[in-house]
Amino acid sequence: MKNVNEKSNKKLTRMNSLKDILVSQYFVIIVILLVMGITISFLSPVFLTSRNLLNVLLQTSINIIVAVGVTMVILTGGIDLGVGSVVALTGVTLGTMLKANFPIPIAFLLAVLVGAFTGIINGLLVSKGKVPAFVATLGMMSVARGLSLIITGGRSIYVFPKSFLNFFGIGYLWFIPMPVVIAIVVVIVAHYILNQTRFGRYVYSIGGNAEAARLAGVKVSSMLIMTYMFAGVTYAIGGTILTARLNSAQPIAGNGYELDAIAAAVIGGTSLSGGVGTVWGTVLGALIMGVLRNGLNLLNISSYIQQVLIGTVIVGAVLIDRLRNNKA
Amino acid sequence: MDQAPFLTMSNICKSFPGVQALKNVDFDLRKGEVHCILGENGAGKSTLIKILSGALREDSGVIRVDGKAVTLDSPARAHELGFSTIYQEFNLCPNLSVAANMFLGEEKQFKNKGLIDKAKMRSKAKEYLTKLGVEISPSVRLSSLTVAQQQVVEISKALSRGAKVIIMDEPTASLSGEEVERLFETICLLRENGVSIVYISHRLDEIFEIGDRITILRDGTKVKTLESTKEIPREEIVALMVGRKLEDWIPKIKTEKGKEILKITDLNSEGKFYDINFTLYEGEILGFSGLVGSGRTEVMRAIFGADPYDKGTIWFDGKEMEKNNPSKAIKAGMYLLPENRKDQGLILLLPISQNVTLPRLSLVSNIFKISKGKEREAVEHYSKELNIKTPTIRRLVKFLSGGNQQKCVLAKGLFSRSKLLIFDEPTRGIDVGTKAEIYDLINSLVVEGIGIIVVSSELPEILGLCDRIIVMKDGTIAGELERGHATQEAAMALALGEGGIN
Repeated sequence: MKNVNEKSNKKLTRMNSLKDILVSQYFVIIVILLVMGITISFLSPVFLTSRNLLNVLLQTSINIIVAVGVTMVILTGGIDLGVGSVVALTGVTLGTMLKANFPIPIAFLLAVLVGAFTGIINGLLVSKGKVPAFVATLGMMSVARGLSLIITGGRSIYVFPKSFLNFFGIGYLWFIPMPVVIAIVVVIVAHYILNQTRFGRYVYSIGGNAEAARLAGVKVSSMLIMTYMFAGVTYAIGGTILTARLNSAQPIAGNGYELDAIAAAVIGGTSLSGGVGTVWGTVLGALIMGVLRNGLNLLNISSYIQQVLIGTVIVGAVLIDRLRNNKA
Repeated sequence: MDQAPFLTMSNICKSFPGVQALKNVDFDLRKGEVHCILGENGAGKSTLIKILSGALREDSGVIRVDGKAVTLDSPARAHELGFSTIYQEFNLCPNLSVAANMFLGEEKQFKNKGLIDKAKMRSKAKEYLTKLGVEISPSVRLSSLTVAQQQVVEISKALSRGAKVIIMDEPTASLSGEEVERLFETICLLRENGVSIVYISHRLDEIFEIGDRITILRDGTKVKTLESTKEIPREEIVALMVGRKLEDWIPKIKTEKGKEILKITDLNSEGKFYDINFTLYEGEILGFSGLVGSGRTEVMRAIFGADPYDKGTIWFDGKEMEKNNPSKAIKAGMYLLPENRKDQGLILLLPISQNVTLPRLSLVSNIFKISKGKEREAVEHYSKELNIKTPTIRRLVKFLSGGNQQKCVLAKGLFSRSKLLIFDEPTRGIDVGTKAEIYDLINSLVVEGIGIIVVSSELPEILGLCDRIIVMKDGTIAGELERGHATQEAAMALALGEGGIN
């Protein structure tokens, strides 16, 4: 009798695991990614070359990095609209420091501090000031952009030391471009924080139910401030890579990055109401957008049409996901 | 007075998963009378008025209006038949004017060349307000009015829609003494104009002042309809309200009263509770009884640091808790099991394991890493001890039954090594079997020396479990009953403000 039970239990678990894959949060995005990849590779022979694929990763790396930061914020039930502006602000901070002949590590550290500082301000406004995250970060979007323009007088800063460009922009580790290496490190660190540490657990619990988290003794305000701060650091890393790749720090850089980042998170299954989502999902979301852009470029489709298609894919991916979840 | 009933409800039954809220209830309403419905929390009053207002459909039974059988399948249908309900939370838009509120959705009658004739609307609104004898300008924004004035606007709104029956759910809950008097004048005016009122209140005094007839409900059945408020004395009405026997007898284990665990002195929070003083000893279960809204939950939340308070001191485990917050309280060894476990007690989207360890994650982690192994071990221990029914502790809490969810909240308290557990409505919405399990758990925890406070609206539960019972009324402690002397009648009398019995 016991044996039979065990057997049927095993069968049940196996069925469960198959079902798990089918209803897994990544199923739809992986299928979309594969379908897109296969379609594009039929239409363009260049797509599947290793050089092009690395190129996709290289072009996606900044979006992946900042989207990871945005994902953490969204997980707490917030939103961050200041991504692009802070990318620019940290970029011009770094550029100014490098031009003033500060050592590279110090300049980079300062950019990171500026990013973290904008995050702390956002976090304070949201947690202590009870300002809706949408409004607080909308303000930061304008303030950070304005500060970037003030610092540079509206002009770009360019020509940086070779070693800086190599480390953050155009160099390689073995055959992998440095921005991709940095993105991988950021993804792994963020994944570890979210899944292995107390802070990560608190992020999910605040997004799941902030009041229940508070009554369970979670220091909601400090955790929110830390989350926005972490996000600010990812924007600073993004700003640094952008500056190195362009060999120029521009006050108008990063325009619209927040939309790409939020889109990547949402396509990747992060719930805008908080508490649900993963770093891996966001990486997949960013890759979908990267592959799509790359494919459309290879096929010589005009950038006007690209915008329409990308918007459609963002909404379509989320729609399919919602419809499937409603059924389950 | 017209003696033939305008409305009759007969053999009304309604059940929800796990509870029968109404069992063969009869109710009738005459033209121009104030018919009061009395009953404890959970007696079925709300269900009855929700059926009348079309918000709920009865499972069986017949409703007749003017002798004709009707179906009240939607709030719109109820309105058509002339039934209006005034809930404690008004259905008004604070940013619109008084007149706009009164005729919301009915603006057609003021149509003039495709626009709304606002002057006409205002004068019509004024007409209804004057009829009720109040001086409110129809053009002011609703949010600038007092609660009492807003209530009058609700009543006028009902009248403007041709209401023949107005159902009032605890209409005096947030009114001052003077405002209550004015409301009663309005009610008398309505009565003279042939409008019938269904009046629901916990306050016996009001019911005796304003009511024509009284229907008493208990556990979803009608106990009695009194033809006049003078028919029987108050004490008997109280007895009729609570008269059930202790259905599930709760075994009581004798424990020795130990040292002081919690001492509350002069705790005050303006508008919520006043001058709260009590002490809890080791090995004792202290009960908090009283009507919903009497301030029990608010006191507990203040002690736990969930809400701020104005003055007073909280001594816990020999130390004063200053500037308390939940994080501090949990570290000190206090845990509150909130009344609304889905919104306050648990994070439904997280698995059982992560919920249980949340209050004291530090017990299974260092600053770099949560030990998943230690976490699993600890949670599995409590899951087994509390008999949480689930295939795996990785299951999301939202998929658990109410009883198992409550056990998860209790596991949180036990995992965080609490010395004091405060249960707010520990068995609300839980099936009988699990209820008994939770009572057993509470009893065994006391034996282990954990201090326990139980807040509950269910008198049998409080009487069966507790060594001492504190009864609250209107934010103050109305009295204290010792086990042995505590009866349902005595507790109910204190809760209603009939101090004479004890």
